[in-house]
Amino acid sequence: MDSTSSEPARTPLHSTASEGLKIVIVGGFGVGKTTMVRSVSEIRPLSTEELMTQAGAGVDDLGGVQDKTTTTVAFDFGRISLDERMVLYLFGAPGQERFWFLWERLFAGTLGAVVLADTRRLADSWYAIDRLEHHGMPFVVARNNFTEPTHSLEHVRTALDLSEDVPMVDCDVRKRESSKSVLISLVNHLHSQSLARKS
Amino acid sequence: MTREEIDRDDPDRLYTVTGGRSRAEESSLDLVTLIVSECEPTSGMQSEHARILDMCRQPMAVVEISSDLELPVSVVKILLCDLLDTGRVTARHPHARTAQTQLPDPETLKQVLVGLHKL
Repeated sequence: MDSTSSEPARTPLHSTASEGLKIVIVGGFGVGKTTMVRSVSEIRPLSTEELMTQAGAGVDDLGGVQDKTTTTVAFDFGRISLDERMVLYLFGAPGQERFWFLWERLFAGTLGAVVLADTRRLADSWYAIDRLEHHGMPFVVARNNFTEPTHSLEHVRTALDLSEDVPMVDCDVRKRESSKSVLISLVNHLHSQSLARKS
Repeated sequence: MTREEIDRDDPDRLYTVTGGRSRAEESSLDLVTLIVSECEPTSGMQSEHARILDMCRQPMAVVEISSDLELPVSVVKILLCDLLDTGRVTARHPHARTAQTQLPDPETLKQVLVGLHKL
């Protein structure tokens, strides 16, 4: 067996690692999901795929296996070892419609989501926000600024029809500190929600 | 070019790898369930099983195994169920995983924040 050629060595997890956590970064094509994963991940981003089987259009009776079509949805991920026990996986997920069929299967139990928004293409974010609300998934909206923003965040909030309790932040996901602060805003948000529910 | 590269996207390969099975138990495995080998690969073992045992000497998440094997997540879960059934690997399941409307407890999230601040 040839195990040296195709698998570049990457830092293994602590032998005591026992708790995997998930955060999903959702956004349209080219908005910077993988860039964000790369800027904070301790490993080079990896990618994999999941199969999606859909029944053929309008067929649900005598169909059987032949009428099902299988397509794949690819996604990227990276990881951050938080301590000896906890390891946080960051997933970059495409916002397109077919992806959401896989949400339950892949991302049930996710701590929360970052909606990475490109203000030139806000429509890409509407759909993601709608789906996250539908799934009852807490999230923050991060506006990625590859260039100087032309609108205020409040303007974007209005355009997205986003309620006041959803945090919004500006970021430049090419920068580690900036991506890190987006994740911290999300977890702060989750923490305060969790405290509120507990009391 | 290896045989694997040629066969990568061939559905028949996926069928062969899993023996055409699908399993109910695979749903107990999360993307971030950590897998640990409990034995060494042996000769005659299905090559994917052997590779998993090799990879998981240190804990490795299901999704990383999927990426390294270049196989879809659901296929990898089936392979892992085989190894779990025979005790060749063990699984460390995420505990923070809760019903989707229920957040992890504040203490866990506090620990996550501490870890992120250290980045």
